[in-house]
Amino acid sequence: MSAETAPRLELDEITREFQLRRGQTRRVLDAVSLHVSPGELVSIIGPSGCGKSTLFNIIAGLDQATSGSIRVDGREAAGSCNHAAYMPQKDLLFPWRSIAENAALGLEVQGIKRRAAQQQVREWFPRFGLSGFEDALPFELSGGMRQRAALLRTVVQQQQTLLLDEPFGALDALTKQELQAWLQQVWIEHDWTALLITHDVREAILLSDRVVVLTPRPASVRMVIDVALPRPRGIETIAHPEFARLERTLLEALSS
Amino acid sequence: MRARSWANLWVPLVFLTVLVAVWEAAVHLTGARPQVLPAPSRVAESGWEHRAAIVDHAAATLSVTAVGFGVSLVCAWIIAIAIDFSPLMRRGLIPLLVASQTIPVIAIAPLMIIWFGFGLLPKILVVALVTFFPITIGLVEGFAHTDREASALLRSMGAGRIREFLLVRLPSALPLFFTSLRIGITYAVIGAIFAEYVGAKEGLGIYMSVQKNAFRTDLVLAAVAVTALVSITLYLSTYLIERLVIPWHLKERRAANER
Repeated sequence: MSAETAPRLELDEITREFQLRRGQTRRVLDAVSLHVSPGELVSIIGPSGCGKSTLFNIIAGLDQATSGSIRVDGREAAGSCNHAAYMPQKDLLFPWRSIAENAALGLEVQGIKRRAAQQQVREWFPRFGLSGFEDALPFELSGGMRQRAALLRTVVQQQQTLLLDEPFGALDALTKQELQAWLQQVWIEHDWTALLITHDVREAILLSDRVVVLTPRPASVRMVIDVALPRPRGIETIAHPEFARLERTLLEALSS
Repeated sequence: MRARSWANLWVPLVFLTVLVAVWEAAVHLTGARPQVLPAPSRVAESGWEHRAAIVDHAAATLSVTAVGFGVSLVCAWIIAIAIDFSPLMRRGLIPLLVASQTIPVIAIAPLMIIWFGFGLLPKILVVALVTFFPITIGLVEGFAHTDREASALLRSMGAGRIREFLLVRLPSALPLFFTSLRIGITYAVIGAIFAEYVGAKEGLGIYMSVQKNAFRTDLVLAAVAVTALVSITLYLSTYLIERLVIPWHLKERRAANER
């Protein structure tokens, strides 16, 4: 991070404890600090159950940290919902809404009129490979298309940060690869900033500028590594010696 | 799928025809007196003869059913929404709802007549009492059936509780609502007839009661047949309404079946 640009999102020593019965507490997050600069994609990987989702809930404003602070563009933002757009692992497209109506959900919640929201989202459909499916119902789409529709619903909210919680986790390997390649392409064309949770080390290396490795619960930051591989990264990147080195470092950090 | 469901309709119809034929033959073979067991042909004949009276009484029953069921629907929606928004309401009302179902309607219906007379009100109350429980529970569970993550997604978008209710909880509940509506509507007709049986100026219930006392078993059975016809029609009409209100549900289910 260069000194003159304030990070888009900055977590400072976020700790979250849950009250159990009989006065006991369980610490899920232990002083997690990380930052995401504008235009960056930062991945978070860690053992399952380490508290990644809790971290996302805190950033999305659905949960409050016990201590620590969140700053968005330098301003305190704890408990606020209007700086990050959240994309859960399940596509959660509502079966009673057409794809365009689903995509416009966030805009409608923001108070934009149905008509205007529709107009806004429809412009995005070609870039997301969803042209012609504006009025389709979710069940008519394949898994990969549904996931793209869910991402579309996330990005049209025009928030400072995208929070992607294992967006490709439920897809088969081929579809996943296809979507990773596609995501990189649209990434280049847009000025998005994102935090991505993933289980997949290769996915983290392919997509991110930086990878944050968390420890088992209570989660703290074990390692942060920069990914300096040239973009766009495709199948040939996997053969790159730097890729192998990063993959090995990350896998070792995860298993130690 | 639709073609198959219509084809399936023939099977029960064939069974019904066989049953009626056996009944007809049994009456002729045993020579049973029509006051005890009239043949189906006689039921149909007498029913047709008295069609004007039966239709009038059926119309009265239908209006009691409709008004009572309407009251029941309004109560069910209000109570279910209150329960969905307030944990206190949930804790306080659900046990009362369950308790309301332990009231023996057979004992309460005559009391209703004593309290409210022979007019519409006691009948509407009986219909509402027997139908609002399944509908309320269907709605409460329907709202609770909402995907928690979908609620979280909406809240992450900045939606408040009312927005969340309108955008996701309400539509999520509709499929279960229609299921409970179907249970409720069949109870509604039975409830109306029962209330009329106890005491009324008009309606299929009191008609049956009067004909029974006159030993017109054939007319009692004709009224029973009309009751069944009304119930089935109302039951099937819920599918029609469901199709109009939540077309997505049917389409999705059909697609899931084809997979």
